[in-house]
Amino acid sequence: MKSHNLREKGVQYLLTALAFSALFGLLLIALFILKEGLPFLTQVGLKDFIFAHDWEPQSGKFGIYPMIIASLWVTFGAMLIGAPLGIACAVFLTEFVPRPVMHTIKPMIELLAGIPSVIYGFIGVIVLAPLIRTHLGGPGLSLLAASIILGIMILPTIISISTDAINAVPNSYREGSRALGATRWQTVYMVVLKAARSGIISGVILGMGRAIGETMAVIMVAGNAVKVPGTALDSVRTLTANIALEMGYAVGLHRSALFATGVVLFIFIMLLNTLASAFVKQEIRRR
Amino acid sequence: MRRAFAVFAVVLFFVLIAACGNRRSSITVAGSTAFQPFAEKLADQFMTNRPTANIIVQGGGSAVGIQSTLSGTAQIGMADLVSLPEEAKVLQATEVARDGIAVVVHPSNRINDLTMDLLRRIFNGSIRNWRDLGGNDGVITVVSREAGSGTRISFEQIVGELVLTKEAIVQDSNGTIRETVANDPNAIGYLSHGLLNEKIKAVTIDGVACTNEAIQSNQYALARPIFLLTRGERLPDTQAFIDYILSAEGQQTIQSSGLIPVK
Repeated sequence: MKSHNLREKGVQYLLTALAFSALFGLLLIALFILKEGLPFLTQVGLKDFIFAHDWEPQSGKFGIYPMIIASLWVTFGAMLIGAPLGIACAVFLTEFVPRPVMHTIKPMIELLAGIPSVIYGFIGVIVLAPLIRTHLGGPGLSLLAASIILGIMILPTIISISTDAINAVPNSYREGSRALGATRWQTVYMVVLKAARSGIISGVILGMGRAIGETMAVIMVAGNAVKVPGTALDSVRTLTANIALEMGYAVGLHRSALFATGVVLFIFIMLLNTLASAFVKQEIRRR
Repeated sequence: MRRAFAVFAVVLFFVLIAACGNRRSSITVAGSTAFQPFAEKLADQFMTNRPTANIIVQGGGSAVGIQSTLSGTAQIGMADLVSLPEEAKVLQATEVARDGIAVVVHPSNRINDLTMDLLRRIFNGSIRNWRDLGGNDGVITVVSREAGSGTRISFEQIVGELVLTKEAIVQDSNGTIRETVANDPNAIGYLSHGLLNEKIKAVTIDGVACTNEAIQSNQYALARPIFLLTRGERLPDTQAFIDYILSAEGQQTIQSSGLIPVK
Protein backbone atom coordinates (compact mmCIF):
# COMPACT_ATOMS: atom_id res chain seq x y z
CA MET A 1 0.00 0.00 0.00
CA LYS A 2 2.74 2.41 1.00
CA SER A 3 4.96 1.70 -2.01
CA HIS A 4 1.91 2.17 -4.19
CA ASN A 5 1.46 5.67 -2.79
CA LEU A 6 5.12 6.41 -3.28
CA ARG A 7 4.87 5.46 -6.89
CA GLU A 8 1.86 7.71 -7.39
CA LYS A 9 3.76 10.62 -5.87
CA GLY A 10 6.82 9.85 -7.97
CA VAL A 11 4.84 9.86 -11.18
CA GLN A 12 3.17 13.08 -10.16
CA TYR A 13 6.50 14.83 -9.58
CA LEU A 14 7.93 13.43 -12.79
CA LEU A 15 4.99 14.73 -14.80
CA THR A 16 5.22 18.13 -13.12
CA ALA A 17 8.90 18.34 -13.99
CA LEU A 18 8.22 17.34 -17.59
CA ALA A 19 5.43 19.87 -17.91
CA PHE A 20 7.67 22.64 -16.62
CA SER A 21 10.54 21.63 -18.89
CA ALA A 22 8.63 23.07 -21.86
CA LEU A 23 8.18 26.35 -20.01
CA PHE A 24 11.81 26.25 -19.00
CA GLY A 25 12.81 25.88 -22.64
CA LEU A 26 10.74 28.91 -23.58
CA LEU A 27 12.35 30.88 -20.77
CA LEU A 28 15.86 29.92 -21.87
CA ILE A 29 15.14 30.89 -25.48
CA ALA A 30 13.73 34.25 -24.41
CA LEU A 31 16.69 34.92 -22.11
CA PHE A 32 19.23 33.95 -24.76
CA ILE A 33 17.74 36.13 -27.48
CA LEU A 34 17.45 39.04 -25.07
CA LYS A 35 21.02 38.60 -23.85
CA GLU A 36 22.36 38.69 -27.43
CA GLY A 37 20.04 41.37 -28.75
CA LEU A 38 19.58 43.87 -25.90
CA PRO A 39 23.13 45.32 -25.93
CA PHE A 40 22.58 46.23 -29.56
CA LEU A 41 19.21 47.78 -28.84
CA THR A 42 20.63 49.93 -26.04
CA GLN A 43 23.53 50.97 -28.27
CA VAL A 44 21.57 51.87 -31.40
CA GLY A 45 18.26 52.72 -29.79
CA LEU A 46 14.96 50.97 -30.28
CA LYS A 47 13.47 53.85 -32.24
CA ASP A 48 16.32 54.03 -34.76
CA PHE A 49 16.19 50.28 -35.16
CA ILE A 50 12.46 49.94 -35.74
CA PHE A 51 11.74 53.09 -37.74
CA ALA A 52 14.85 53.48 -39.89
CA HIS A 53 14.43 52.43 -43.54
CA ASP A 54 17.98 51.43 -44.44
CA TRP A 55 19.44 48.00 -43.79
CA GLU A 56 23.09 48.09 -44.83
CA PRO A 57 24.97 46.10 -42.20
CA GLN A 58 28.31 46.68 -43.97
CA SER A 59 28.05 50.43 -43.54
CA GLY A 60 26.51 50.24 -40.08
CA LYS A 61 22.91 51.01 -41.01
CA PHE A 62 20.42 48.82 -39.21
CA GLY A 63 16.81 49.73 -39.91
CA ILE A 64 14.16 47.00 -39.93
CA TYR A 65 11.08 49.12 -40.67
CA PRO A 66 10.67 47.68 -44.21
CA MET A 67 10.87 44.14 -42.84
CA ILE A 68 8.29 44.75 -40.12
CA ILE A 69 5.89 46.10 -42.73
CA ALA A 70 6.73 43.20 -45.05
CA SER A 71 6.10 40.61 -42.31
CA LEU A 72 2.73 42.18 -41.54
CA TRP A 73 1.69 42.34 -45.21
CA VAL A 74 2.79 38.79 -45.97
CA THR A 75 0.90 37.48 -42.95
CA PHE A 76 -2.17 39.56 -43.83
CA GLY A 77 -2.04 38.34 -47.43
CA ALA A 78 -1.76 34.73 -46.28
CA MET A 79 -4.80 35.18 -44.02
CA LEU A 80 -6.72 36.78 -46.87
CA ILE A 81 -6.13 33.67 -48.97
CA GLY A 82 -6.00 30.96 -46.33
CA ALA A 83 -8.86 31.91 -44.02
CA PRO A 84 -11.82 32.06 -46.49
CA LEU A 85 -10.59 28.96 -48.33
CA GLY A 86 -10.00 27.06 -45.13
CA ILE A 87 -13.32 27.95 -43.51
CA ALA A 88 -15.24 27.25 -46.73
CA CYS A 89 -13.55 23.88 -46.99
CA ALA A 90 -14.40 23.09 -43.36
CA VAL A 91 -18.07 24.02 -43.91
CA PHE A 92 -18.21 21.89 -47.03
CA LEU A 93 -16.65 18.90 -45.30
CA THR A 94 -18.91 19.04 -42.26
CA GLU A 95 -22.26 20.24 -43.63
CA PHE A 96 -22.52 19.29 -47.27
CA VAL A 97 -20.79 15.94 -47.60
CA PRO A 98 -21.66 12.53 -46.15
CA ARG A 99 -19.53 11.49 -43.18
CA PRO A 100 -17.51 8.72 -44.91
CA VAL A 101 -16.46 11.15 -47.66
CA MET A 102 -15.30 13.63 -45.06
CA HIS A 103 -13.31 10.95 -43.28
CA THR A 104 -11.40 10.22 -46.47
CA ILE A 105 -10.88 13.81 -47.59
CA LYS A 106 -9.82 15.28 -44.23
CA PRO A 107 -6.73 13.08 -43.73
CA MET A 108 -5.66 13.96 -47.27
CA ILE A 109 -5.84 17.66 -46.44
CA GLU A 110 -3.89 17.04 -43.27
CA LEU A 111 -1.18 15.51 -45.44
CA LEU A 112 -0.55 19.06 -46.69
CA ALA A 113 0.79 19.87 -43.23
CA GLY A 114 3.41 17.15 -43.61
CA ILE A 115 4.95 18.56 -46.77
CA PRO A 116 8.26 20.23 -45.89
CA SER A 117 8.33 24.00 -46.40
CA VAL A 118 11.25 23.76 -48.86
CA ILE A 119 8.94 21.89 -51.20
CA TYR A 120 6.36 24.68 -51.01
CA GLY A 121 9.14 27.16 -51.66
CA PHE A 122 10.41 25.14 -54.59
CA ILE A 123 6.99 25.00 -56.20
CA GLY A 124 6.67 28.73 -55.59
CA VAL A 125 9.95 29.43 -57.38
CA ILE A 126 9.43 27.06 -60.30
CA VAL A 127 5.70 27.41 -60.95
CA LEU A 128 4.14 30.38 -59.18
CA ALA A 129 6.81 33.08 -59.65
CA PRO A 130 7.05 32.68 -63.46
CA LEU A 131 3.22 32.72 -63.69
CA ILE A 132 3.05 35.99 -61.73
CA ARG A 133 5.89 37.48 -63.76
CA THR A 134 4.40 36.70 -67.17
CA HIS A 135 0.76 37.51 -66.34
CA LEU A 136 0.98 40.30 -63.79
CA GLY A 137 4.48 41.74 -64.20
CA GLY A 138 7.21 42.52 -61.70
CA PRO A 139 10.04 40.17 -60.81
CA GLY A 140 7.69 37.31 -59.88
CA LEU A 141 9.39 36.63 -56.56
CA SER A 142 7.08 38.88 -54.61
CA LEU A 143 4.76 39.67 -51.73
CA LEU A 144 1.94 38.08 -53.71
CA ALA A 145 3.86 34.84 -54.30
CA ALA A 146 4.76 34.61 -50.61
CA SER A 147 1.15 35.28 -49.56
CA ILE A 148 -0.23 32.59 -51.86
CA ILE A 149 2.30 29.98 -50.77
CA LEU A 150 1.76 30.77 -47.08
CA GLY A 151 -2.02 30.85 -47.62
CA ILE A 152 -1.82 27.26 -48.87
CA MET A 153 0.57 26.22 -46.10
CA ILE A 154 -1.80 27.34 -43.34
CA LEU A 155 -4.85 25.62 -44.88
CA PRO A 156 -4.52 22.30 -43.01
CA THR A 157 -4.32 24.10 -39.64
CA ILE A 158 -7.41 26.18 -40.31
CA ILE A 159 -9.40 23.35 -41.90
CA SER A 160 -8.72 20.79 -39.25
CA ILE A 161 -9.46 23.04 -36.27
CA SER A 162 -12.53 24.55 -37.95
CA THR A 163 -14.03 21.15 -38.82
CA ASP A 164 -13.58 20.05 -35.22
CA ALA A 165 -15.28 23.23 -34.02
CA ILE A 166 -18.17 22.86 -36.45
CA ASN A 167 -18.57 19.17 -35.63
CA ALA A 168 -18.86 20.09 -31.96
CA VAL A 169 -21.98 22.17 -32.63
CA PRO A 170 -24.89 20.06 -31.31
CA ASN A 171 -27.22 18.69 -33.97
CA SER A 172 -30.22 20.07 -32.07
CA TYR A 173 -29.14 23.56 -33.21
CA ARG A 174 -29.35 22.51 -36.85
CA GLU A 175 -32.64 20.67 -36.32
CA GLY A 176 -34.12 23.69 -34.54
CA SER A 177 -33.09 25.99 -37.32
CA ARG A 178 -34.42 23.72 -40.05
CA ALA A 179 -37.67 23.29 -38.13
CA LEU A 180 -38.08 27.06 -38.14
CA GLY A 181 -37.96 26.96 -41.92
CA ALA A 182 -34.38 28.01 -42.54
CA THR A 183 -32.68 26.59 -45.62
CA ARG A 184 -29.52 24.57 -45.35
CA TRP A 185 -27.28 27.53 -46.21
CA GLN A 186 -29.18 29.83 -43.84
CA THR A 187 -28.66 27.28 -41.08
CA VAL A 188 -24.94 27.10 -41.76
CA TYR A 189 -24.53 30.82 -42.09
CA MET A 190 -26.73 32.00 -39.25
CA VAL A 191 -26.54 29.19 -36.71
CA VAL A 192 -23.64 26.77 -37.15
CA LEU A 193 -20.89 29.26 -37.99
CA LYS A 194 -22.00 31.56 -35.16
CA ALA A 195 -21.95 28.72 -32.67
CA ALA A 196 -18.53 27.49 -33.81
CA ARG A 197 -17.07 30.98 -34.06
CA SER A 198 -14.51 30.88 -31.27
CA GLY A 199 -13.11 27.55 -32.46
CA ILE A 200 -12.84 28.82 -36.02
CA ILE A 201 -11.12 31.99 -34.86
CA SER A 202 -8.56 30.05 -32.87
CA GLY A 203 -7.85 27.96 -35.97
CA VAL A 204 -7.27 31.11 -37.98
CA ILE A 205 -5.01 32.49 -35.24
CA LEU A 206 -2.92 29.34 -35.15
CA GLY A 207 -2.62 29.61 -38.93
CA MET A 208 -1.50 33.20 -38.55
CA GLY A 209 1.18 32.15 -36.09
CA ARG A 210 2.49 29.69 -38.61
CA ALA A 211 2.43 32.28 -41.40
CA ILE A 212 4.38 34.92 -39.50
CA GLY A 213 6.99 32.43 -38.35
CA GLU A 214 7.53 30.58 -41.62
CA THR A 215 11.02 31.16 -42.97
CA MET A 216 12.27 28.73 -45.60
CA ALA A 217 9.44 29.00 -48.10
CA VAL A 218 9.34 32.77 -47.70
CA ILE A 219 13.08 33.18 -48.35
CA MET A 220 12.67 31.23 -51.56
CA VAL A 221 9.65 33.05 -53.00
CA ALA A 222 9.64 36.58 -51.56
CA GLY A 223 12.79 37.83 -53.32
CA ASN A 224 14.20 39.38 -50.11
CA ALA A 225 14.64 42.97 -51.29
CA VAL A 226 14.80 45.33 -48.32
CA LYS A 227 12.18 47.96 -49.06
CA VAL A 228 8.68 48.89 -48.08
CA PRO A 229 6.47 47.24 -50.73
CA GLY A 230 4.56 49.61 -53.00
CA THR A 231 2.38 46.92 -54.59
CA ALA A 232 1.78 43.20 -54.06
CA LEU A 233 4.11 42.52 -57.00
CA ASP A 234 7.14 44.01 -55.21
CA SER A 235 9.81 41.86 -53.70
CA VAL A 236 9.93 41.93 -49.88
CA ARG A 237 12.02 40.61 -47.00
CA THR A 238 10.36 39.44 -43.80
CA LEU A 239 11.88 39.52 -40.30
CA THR A 240 12.38 35.76 -40.26
CA ALA A 241 14.00 35.78 -43.71
CA ASN A 242 16.40 38.50 -42.63
CA ILE A 243 17.66 36.44 -39.71
CA ALA A 244 18.04 33.24 -41.68
CA LEU A 245 19.64 34.87 -44.73
CA GLU A 246 22.41 36.69 -42.94
CA MET A 247 23.06 34.66 -39.78
CA GLY A 248 25.61 32.46 -41.51
CA TYR A 249 27.95 35.35 -42.23
CA ALA A 250 27.22 37.82 -39.51
CA VAL A 251 29.84 38.78 -36.92
CA GLY A 252 30.04 41.54 -34.34
CA LEU A 253 27.41 44.26 -34.46
CA HIS A 254 25.70 42.70 -37.48
CA ARG A 255 25.16 39.49 -35.53
CA SER A 256 23.72 41.37 -32.54
CA ALA A 257 21.44 43.25 -34.93
CA LEU A 258 20.05 39.92 -36.16
CA PHE A 259 19.40 38.81 -32.60
CA ALA A 260 17.69 42.16 -31.99
CA THR A 261 15.54 41.37 -35.06
CA GLY A 262 14.71 38.15 -33.25
CA VAL A 263 13.70 40.13 -30.15
CA VAL A 264 11.35 42.27 -32.23
CA LEU A 265 9.87 39.19 -33.90
CA PHE A 266 9.43 37.54 -30.51
CA ILE A 267 7.62 40.59 -29.09
CA PHE A 268 5.49 40.76 -32.20
CA ILE A 269 4.36 37.16 -31.96
CA MET A 270 3.64 37.51 -28.24
CA LEU A 271 1.55 40.62 -28.88
CA LEU A 272 -0.41 38.90 -31.65
CA ASN A 273 -1.00 35.81 -29.53
CA THR A 274 -2.11 37.81 -26.50
CA LEU A 275 -4.45 39.92 -28.59
CA ALA A 276 -5.88 36.84 -30.24
CA SER A 277 -6.45 34.88 -27.06
CA ALA A 278 -8.02 37.93 -25.41
CA PHE A 279 -10.34 38.12 -28.40
CA VAL A 280 -11.29 34.46 -28.12
CA LYS A 281 -11.91 34.79 -24.39
CA GLN A 282 -14.17 37.75 -24.97
CA GLU A 283 -16.06 35.78 -27.60
CA ILE A 284 -16.61 32.93 -25.19
CA ARG A 285 -17.77 35.26 -22.44
CA ARG A 286 -20.24 36.96 -24.76
CA ARG A 287 -22.02 33.67 -25.43
CA MET B 1 13.81 -5.71 -27.00
CA ARG B 2 15.16 -4.29 -23.77
CA ARG B 3 18.19 -6.53 -23.95
CA ALA B 4 18.92 -5.47 -27.50
CA PHE B 5 18.81 -1.89 -26.40
CA ALA B 6 21.24 -2.54 -23.55
CA VAL B 7 23.68 -4.28 -25.89
CA PHE B 8 23.41 -1.39 -28.31
CA ALA B 9 24.11 1.13 -25.54
CA VAL B 10 27.19 -0.75 -24.37
CA VAL B 11 28.55 -1.02 -27.92
CA LEU B 12 27.91 2.66 -28.53
CA PHE B 13 29.70 3.51 -25.30
CA PHE B 14 32.84 1.63 -26.32
CA VAL B 15 32.80 3.02 -29.83
CA LEU B 16 32.68 6.54 -28.41
CA ILE B 17 35.50 5.78 -25.95
CA ALA B 18 37.58 4.35 -28.79
CA ALA B 19 36.89 7.38 -30.95
CA CYS B 20 38.01 9.70 -28.17
CA GLY B 21 41.05 7.63 -27.36
CA ASN B 22 42.35 7.85 -30.90
CA ARG B 23 43.96 11.23 -30.48
CA ARG B 24 45.37 12.57 -33.67
CA SER B 25 46.60 16.09 -34.07
CA SER B 26 43.66 17.80 -35.70
CA ILE B 27 43.59 20.97 -37.75
CA THR B 28 40.43 23.00 -38.15
CA VAL B 29 39.92 24.85 -41.41
CA ALA B 30 37.05 27.37 -41.39
CA GLY B 31 35.68 30.20 -43.49
CA SER B 32 34.67 30.90 -47.09
CA THR B 33 31.76 28.76 -48.26
CA ALA B 34 32.99 29.24 -51.84
CA PHE B 35 36.21 27.38 -51.10
CA GLN B 36 34.75 24.94 -48.54
CA PRO B 37 33.94 22.10 -51.00
CA PHE B 38 37.44 22.36 -52.48
CA ALA B 39 39.04 22.34 -49.06
CA GLU B 40 37.04 19.22 -48.16
CA LYS B 41 38.20 17.43 -51.28
CA LEU B 42 41.81 18.51 -50.77
CA ALA B 43 41.67 17.48 -47.09
CA ASP B 44 40.42 14.01 -48.07
CA GLN B 45 43.25 13.53 -50.53
CA PHE B 46 45.78 14.91 -48.08
CA MET B 47 44.66 12.59 -45.31
CA THR B 48 44.93 9.49 -47.51
CA ASN B 49 48.56 10.42 -48.18
CA ARG B 50 49.25 11.24 -44.56
CA PRO B 51 47.12 9.08 -42.24
CA THR B 52 48.40 10.73 -39.05
CA ALA B 53 46.87 14.08 -39.95
CA ASN B 54 43.27 14.94 -39.20
CA ILE B 55 41.72 17.94 -40.93
CA ILE B 56 38.26 19.23 -40.12
CA VAL B 57 36.71 21.61 -42.65
CA GLN B 58 33.94 24.01 -41.65
CA GLY B 59 32.14 26.81 -43.51
CA GLY B 60 30.80 29.99 -42.00
CA GLY B 61 31.93 32.60 -44.52
CA SER B 62 35.05 34.70 -44.96
CA ALA B 63 34.34 36.87 -41.92
CA VAL B 64 34.10 33.77 -39.73
CA GLY B 65 37.33 32.49 -41.32
CA ILE B 66 39.19 35.64 -40.28
CA GLN B 67 37.63 35.80 -36.80
CA SER B 68 38.26 32.18 -35.94
CA THR B 69 41.88 32.32 -37.13
CA LEU B 70 42.43 35.42 -35.00
CA SER B 71 40.89 33.77 -31.96
CA GLY B 72 42.67 30.48 -32.56
CA THR B 73 39.57 28.29 -32.86
CA ALA B 74 40.67 27.50 -36.40
CA GLN B 75 44.28 26.86 -37.41
CA ILE B 76 43.57 27.82 -41.02
CA GLY B 77 41.05 30.43 -42.12
CA MET B 78 39.67 30.63 -45.65
CA ALA B 79 38.82 34.05 -47.07
CA ASP B 80 37.77 34.98 -50.60
CA LEU B 81 38.01 38.76 -50.36
CA VAL B 82 39.70 41.13 -52.78
CA SER B 83 41.41 42.94 -49.94
CA LEU B 84 41.63 41.66 -46.41
CA PRO B 85 40.25 43.89 -43.65
CA GLU B 86 42.51 45.80 -41.25
CA GLU B 87 42.25 43.28 -38.40
CA ALA B 88 43.50 40.49 -40.66
CA LYS B 89 46.86 42.22 -41.22
CA VAL B 90 48.48 40.24 -38.38
CA LEU B 91 47.65 37.00 -40.18
CA GLN B 92 49.84 35.30 -42.71
CA ALA B 93 47.90 35.05 -45.99
CA THR B 94 48.72 32.58 -48.75
CA GLU B 95 46.89 32.79 -52.05
CA VAL B 96 45.94 29.26 -53.09
CA ALA B 97 43.45 29.82 -55.91
CA ARG B 98 41.58 32.45 -57.84
CA ASP B 99 37.89 32.69 -58.60
CA GLY B 100 36.20 34.69 -61.30
CA ILE B 101 32.87 36.38 -60.68
CA ALA B 102 30.76 35.99 -63.82
CA VAL B 103 28.00 38.48 -64.57
CA VAL B 104 25.08 36.47 -65.91
CA VAL B 105 21.85 37.18 -67.76
CA HIS B 106 19.08 35.07 -69.29
CA PRO B 107 20.18 33.33 -72.54
CA SER B 108 17.46 35.20 -74.48
CA ASN B 109 18.96 38.57 -73.50
CA ARG B 110 20.43 40.44 -76.50
CA ILE B 111 23.12 42.14 -74.40
CA ASN B 112 26.52 40.47 -74.68
CA ASP B 113 28.92 43.01 -73.25
CA LEU B 114 28.82 45.50 -70.38
CA THR B 115 31.37 48.03 -69.23
CA MET B 116 32.30 48.37 -65.57
CA ASP B 117 30.47 51.71 -65.51
CA LEU B 118 27.25 50.26 -66.93
CA LEU B 119 27.49 47.41 -64.45
CA ARG B 120 27.70 49.89 -61.60
CA ARG B 121 24.72 51.84 -62.93
CA ILE B 122 22.62 48.70 -63.37
CA PHE B 123 23.34 47.45 -59.86
CA ASN B 124 22.83 50.83 -58.17
CA GLY B 125 19.52 51.25 -59.93
CA SER B 126 20.19 54.22 -62.21
CA ILE B 127 19.67 52.15 -65.37
CA ARG B 128 16.37 50.32 -64.97
CA ASN B 129 15.38 49.05 -68.40
CA TRP B 130 17.23 46.80 -70.86
CA ARG B 131 15.95 49.10 -73.63
CA ASP B 132 18.36 51.81 -72.46
CA LEU B 133 21.23 49.43 -73.18
CA GLY B 134 19.98 48.41 -76.60
CA GLY B 135 18.19 45.30 -75.40
CA ASN B 136 14.53 44.32 -75.35
CA ASP B 137 12.02 46.43 -73.47
CA GLY B 138 11.90 45.06 -69.93
CA VAL B 139 12.54 46.29 -66.39
CA ILE B 140 15.85 44.91 -65.17
CA THR B 141 15.60 42.48 -62.26
CA VAL B 142 18.81 42.94 -60.29
CA VAL B 143 19.75 39.80 -58.36
CA SER B 144 22.39 39.99 -55.63
CA ARG B 145 23.84 37.94 -52.79
CA GLU B 146 23.05 38.74 -49.14
CA ALA B 147 25.05 41.20 -47.04
CA GLY B 148 28.21 39.59 -45.67
CA SER B 149 28.72 37.17 -48.57
CA GLY B 150 32.32 37.17 -49.79
CA THR B 151 31.18 37.10 -53.41
CA ARG B 152 29.07 40.21 -52.86
CA ILE B 153 31.78 42.09 -50.96
CA SER B 154 34.31 41.29 -53.71
CA PHE B 155 31.89 42.23 -56.47
CA GLU B 156 31.05 45.56 -54.88
CA GLN B 157 34.71 46.31 -54.18
CA ILE B 158 35.86 45.60 -57.73
CA VAL B 159 33.01 47.45 -59.39
CA GLY B 160 33.68 50.28 -56.96
CA GLU B 161 31.43 52.85 -55.30
CA LEU B 162 28.50 50.51 -55.61
CA VAL B 163 25.49 51.00 -53.38
CA LEU B 164 23.08 48.25 -54.29
CA THR B 165 19.61 49.33 -55.39
CA LYS B 166 16.82 48.69 -52.92
CA GLU B 167 14.87 46.95 -55.69
CA ALA B 168 17.46 44.19 -55.83
CA ILE B 169 16.30 40.65 -55.18
CA VAL B 170 18.53 38.87 -52.68
CA GLN B 171 19.37 35.17 -52.89
CA ASP B 172 21.56 33.33 -50.44
CA SER B 173 23.68 31.06 -52.64
CA ASN B 174 25.33 30.81 -56.04
CA GLY B 175 22.87 28.06 -56.94
CA THR B 176 19.72 30.06 -56.20
CA ILE B 177 21.16 33.06 -58.08
CA ARG B 178 21.58 30.79 -61.09
CA GLU B 179 18.00 29.48 -60.81
CA THR B 180 16.55 32.97 -60.45
CA VAL B 181 18.42 34.31 -63.49
CA ALA B 182 17.63 31.21 -65.55
CA ASN B 183 13.91 31.67 -64.84
CA ASP B 184 13.65 35.43 -65.44
CA PRO B 185 14.30 36.86 -68.95
CA ASN B 186 15.01 40.30 -67.46
CA ALA B 187 17.34 39.27 -64.65
CA ILE B 188 21.00 40.06 -64.14
CA GLY B 189 23.11 38.52 -61.39
CA TYR B 190 26.64 37.48 -60.52
CA LEU B 191 28.10 34.20 -59.37
CA SER B 192 31.27 32.16 -59.05
CA HIS B 193 32.38 31.28 -62.60
CA GLY B 194 32.67 27.59 -61.73
CA LEU B 195 28.86 27.43 -61.64
CA LEU B 196 28.24 28.69 -65.17
CA ASN B 197 26.08 26.42 -67.31
CA GLU B 198 23.96 26.55 -70.44
CA LYS B 199 20.83 27.82 -68.64
CA ILE B 200 22.39 31.25 -68.16
CA LYS B 201 24.62 33.50 -70.27
CA ALA B 202 27.78 35.19 -69.00
CA VAL B 203 28.38 38.63 -70.49
CA THR B 204 31.86 39.94 -71.29
CA ILE B 205 33.11 42.82 -69.14
CA ASP B 206 34.82 45.60 -71.12
CA GLY B 207 35.13 43.08 -73.93
CA VAL B 208 36.87 40.39 -71.87
CA ALA B 209 35.14 37.04 -71.45
CA CYS B 210 35.17 35.21 -68.10
CA THR B 211 37.55 32.36 -68.98
CA ASN B 212 40.24 30.57 -66.98
CA GLU B 213 43.01 32.18 -69.01
CA ALA B 214 41.63 35.70 -68.67
CA ILE B 215 41.20 35.32 -64.91
CA GLN B 216 44.67 33.83 -64.43
CA SER B 217 46.34 36.59 -66.46
CA ASN B 218 44.40 39.30 -64.62
CA GLN B 219 42.75 40.55 -67.81
CA TYR B 220 39.26 39.78 -66.52
CA ALA B 221 38.64 42.39 -63.85
CA LEU B 222 36.00 40.60 -61.76
CA ALA B 223 38.35 38.07 -60.17
CA ARG B 224 39.20 37.55 -56.54
CA PRO B 225 41.93 35.65 -54.75
CA ILE B 226 41.23 32.90 -52.27
CA PHE B 227 43.47 33.13 -49.23
CA LEU B 228 44.39 30.66 -46.55
CA LEU B 229 45.13 32.51 -43.33
CA THR B 230 47.30 31.35 -40.45
CA ARG B 231 48.41 33.02 -37.28
CA GLY B 232 51.98 32.86 -35.92
CA GLU B 233 54.17 29.78 -36.31
CA ARG B 234 52.59 27.07 -38.47
CA LEU B 235 52.32 23.53 -37.10
CA PRO B 236 54.03 20.86 -39.25
CA ASP B 237 50.65 19.47 -40.39
CA THR B 238 49.33 22.94 -41.21
CA GLN B 239 52.40 23.72 -43.29
CA ALA B 240 52.22 20.33 -45.01
CA PHE B 241 48.54 20.83 -45.88
CA ILE B 242 49.15 24.27 -47.40
CA ASP B 243 52.17 22.92 -49.27
CA TYR B 244 49.99 20.10 -50.57
CA ILE B 245 47.34 22.56 -51.84
CA LEU B 246 50.05 24.52 -53.64
CA SER B 247 51.63 21.36 -55.08
CA ALA B 248 50.96 20.30 -58.67
CA GLU B 249 48.48 17.65 -57.47
CA GLY B 250 46.57 20.07 -55.24
CA GLN B 251 46.37 22.73 -57.91
CA GLN B 252 45.19 20.09 -60.39
CA THR B 253 42.31 19.24 -58.03
CA ILE B 254 41.42 22.91 -57.76
CA GLN B 255 41.39 23.33 -61.51
CA SER B 256 39.41 20.17 -62.27
CA SER B 257 36.68 21.23 -59.82
CA GLY B 258 36.16 24.67 -61.31
CA LEU B 259 38.50 27.18 -59.67
CA ILE B 260 41.57 28.73 -61.21
CA PRO B 261 44.97 27.58 -59.90
CA VAL B 262 47.53 30.20 -58.92
CA LYS B 263 50.49 28.25 -60.27
